[in-house]
Amino acid sequence: MENKPGEGCETGGCHSAAVPIKVVALTPQTPSNWMEFAEGLWERNPVFVMVLGMCPTLAVTVSAINSISMGLATTFVLAASCWLISLMRHMIPKEVRIATYIVIIATFVTVVDYAIQAISLDLYEALGAYIQLIVANCLVLGRAEAHAARTAPMAATMNATGMGLGFTLGLFMIGGVREILGSGTFFDIHLFGSNFQPWVVMVLPPGGFFVMGGWLLLFAIIRKRKEKAALAATEMEVQHGA
Amino acid sequence: MVRESIGQILVTTILSGNFVLAMFLGMCPFLGVTHSVAVAAPLGLATTFVIVIASLSAFLLNMVLTPLHLEFLRLICYIVVIAASVQLVEMFVKKSSPALFRALGIYLPLITTNCAVLGVALFQTAREYDFMQSLTFAVGGGLGFTLALVLLASVRERIQLSDVPGVLQGTAMSLMLAGILALAFMGFAGMGGGA
Repeated sequence: MENKPGEGCETGGCHSAAVPIKVVALTPQTPSNWMEFAEGLWERNPVFVMVLGMCPTLAVTVSAINSISMGLATTFVLAASCWLISLMRHMIPKEVRIATYIVIIATFVTVVDYAIQAISLDLYEALGAYIQLIVANCLVLGRAEAHAARTAPMAATMNATGMGLGFTLGLFMIGGVREILGSGTFFDIHLFGSNFQPWVVMVLPPGGFFVMGGWLLLFAIIRKRKEKAALAATEMEVQHGA
Repeated sequence: MVRESIGQILVTTILSGNFVLAMFLGMCPFLGVTHSVAVAAPLGLATTFVIVIASLSAFLLNMVLTPLHLEFLRLICYIVVIAASVQLVEMFVKKSSPALFRALGIYLPLITTNCAVLGVALFQTAREYDFMQSLTFAVGGGLGFTLALVLLASVRERIQLSDVPGVLQGTAMSLMLAGILALAFMGFAGMGGGA
């Protein structure tokens, strides 16, 4: 079958066939907290590299402000639950670990849900049920299972925060583009004159797929160019050497 | 709020308000297991089954929690019930069809974290559906999910034989295809009397 679970893929949620994921070397070196933090920001960005947590990525990114709030809410849930899971990692029996993780995550999501409701009712209505759906975000459970369950609390929290901010960045990159093209605004500031005809499809569901696909395409092109340049450089060296 | 009829809910959830293509629920299996129709269809049906169970239990749970003013426990209760029913389906599939069990692999337990399942429970609560409406919502949502999965899987099966530019292969391609499918499904808007 094409779908070989767990191959080259440390979490269950990522799509082994779709995105080449660097297999982390199994050598027992402990990366510094800073490295843990930086890993998720760009190099293994949850949105663009691991393609995890797609539901909120595409559903709430109709504007930049929605994307950032959703990203920060997810970051909080991710960091808090990874911290707690890491603290309790020796206590949780292996058989019921997923259920335990889910209950822990659901607790923090409930906290965030009520907090957002208290801070801004407008935002709460804009994000709707997708705040509660953070529970079902494969990114959170994926990180809990793949990282927090086997790392010390400090490192796990740093890593989770980095991943969360990387997720926020990814959401913002999609949300920003969709808001500019789809409603002609950026953080509710009008960018173009009154003659601007918004590209409405971008704020509708298909736009989410197109923008996300467009970013992935752009990164693929850049990666290909880099590979080509590297290949050309080595060939040059070989020629000069001969 | 206008009470929607059963037929309206069914048409809306399958076509114009499709869970995957209009509400972005259940994206992980949508992008992950749609390599072939043979795998996509059973997973869709398994998910439909879990969705229906989750919807019924959510309805009953809500009947207990609301009079007790324990609404803040709703999310936790829902997810525990869903996790339990996924376990049930997993055991059933393992016994009845080991081949299918291997093909679905990690995506079977991952139904727990399928937003579509939790989404049904949350949306039916938010929209205050009664029992029949919830049931229809769940069945329609599941069928719509299966439909979207099978559609994308068949397109991707076709595309495997054609010459796709190297940079576009993989997830980027699937997303573009999904976007076009979503555009097509937008054509159903207005059917069933509600978008």
